[in-house]
Parts: sequence; C-alpha cells; structure tokens
Amino acid sequence: MITIEKVRQRAEADAKTYGYYLNPDPDFLNELFEGIKRNEERYGYPSCPCRVASGKFELDRDIICPCDYRDPDVLEFGCCYCALYVRKDSYEKQTRAFAATTEAPTEKTPSTTTIAAQEVSKVKKKLWYCKQCGYVVFREEPPYICPICKAKRELFAEITMHADVRG
Amino acid sequence: MNIIKVPGKNKTHKVLLYALSTCPWCKKTKKFLLDNNVEYEYVDVDLCSDEDHEKVRNDIIRRGATPSYPLIIVDDKILITGYSPDEILEALGI
Repeated sequence: MITIEKVRQRAEADAKTYGYYLNPDPDFLNELFEGIKRNEERYGYPSCPCRVASGKFELDRDIICPCDYRDPDVLEFGCCYCALYVRKDSYEKQTRAFAATTEAPTEKTPSTTTIAAQEVSKVKKKLWYCKQCGYVVFREEPPYICPICKAKRELFAEITMHADVRG
Repeated sequence: MNIIKVPGKNKTHKVLLYALSTCPWCKKTKKFLLDNNVEYEYVDVDLCSDEDHEKVRNDIIRRGATPSYPLIIVDDKILITGYSPDEILEALGI
C-alpha cells in the first residue's frame, strides 16, 4: 500500500539525486503528496496531481511524477508545473506561488492526444533509443530524460530502418 | 455532471470553477473564493465520468482556452487560468 511517507521519501530521494529542492511550503507540499498518492491509488501510477490522467499507462507515461516536463520547466520557471520540484534560487526566495500562472501545458487525455496527433502529423515521428539502457520511444523528439535509466536527452539516438527487398 | 454550489455573500457575478480534486492550486483557488465570500460553483473534473470530462474539455476549448486547471469562468465571458488572486479580484470587482 502506498503511503504519504513513501511518496515523500521518493520525492526527497529524487530531488537529492537531481539537485532540486521540494516546495518550501510544508502544507502545500503535503497536499501535493496527497494528490500523488490518490492518483497512484486510482491509476496504479503516480501521475501529476495537477493534470488530468487518462488512466491508461501508455498515454500518461509523460505525466508520471517526476514528469517528462520537470527538467525544462524547472529550468525555465524555477519549478515544475505543480511546483513540487523547485530550483535552488526559487527555494531560497521562499516564493510561494511560483507556478500558478505559468504557461499551462495541455491536459493529457486520449482526445487531447488525438488532437495533438492531428496537429503534429506534419512533424514526423521517429523511433528513438536510449544508448545507455536500450529504452525505445516513438515520438517527434527524444525525451528530455530517459524514464528508465535517467540518461540525458543527448544519449538518445534515432533508429533508422530500411526495408530491403531482394530476389 | 456533479456541479457543487458553494454559497457566499458576493453574488454579483456568476462564477464557475473547473478544478481537480488532487491539485493544491485548485484547493488554493477554492479557499480564496471562500475567504472572499464569493458564491461559486465548481466541478472536480478528475472525478467526472469520461462523458462529462469531454463536455468540460469542449466547453473550455469552445471558449478559446486550453484545458488546464484551475480555470475560472466569470459571467460566461472572463476566463482565468491558474491560481491568480489578483485577476480574480479584478474580474469580480472586489
């Protein structure tokens, strides 16, 4: 069974690994943990408490905490979308409402995915593999970070395939 | 759709909030409206059926916004995305 303490420990360990801080407001932080716990209970994986999950693992993979967007968001806004992970300087300023009005990413649902797929149909999806662990993903760009082994984007390479018919 | 009405003394404007039950920013928005005694209605979108969720999404897209939460609609015309106390106060003329 998932507990708040387990969610907290996981986030603390992850923050430590990547040099982030957790939200400095203890009440807010606790609510984030509650939300993550609730999502893990109902979906079986800890999807972002501030986004709508589809309940389908394959579709929600990018919004499982820590989400694919965390690193670029922390870099740009000083914290991730839900403000669980915070950059050192934002943490020290003790700003409470950093993420509230930042550019909101589109919620993830099957229909959104369909719309998004239609919009990006001009952009060709490619197969990318992680040179460190072999994880393969099919999308326009490689992920910011490998969800399996945490390798950086630079370690992803495109897989090209050729059909060769002879005879 | 399960629309919950929260009573308040400030009834000048029609306030509808689309929120998520798991989101602390949505909770802050609810609390802010409550603290300012604003009467409002809210829907916890993550607790909706797929059909109602689709209705909410379509409603937001129809109004020209991106489905993200919290989202407040004041008098069917002003949209406020994210937890934004200043914008709420301005839209409600408080």
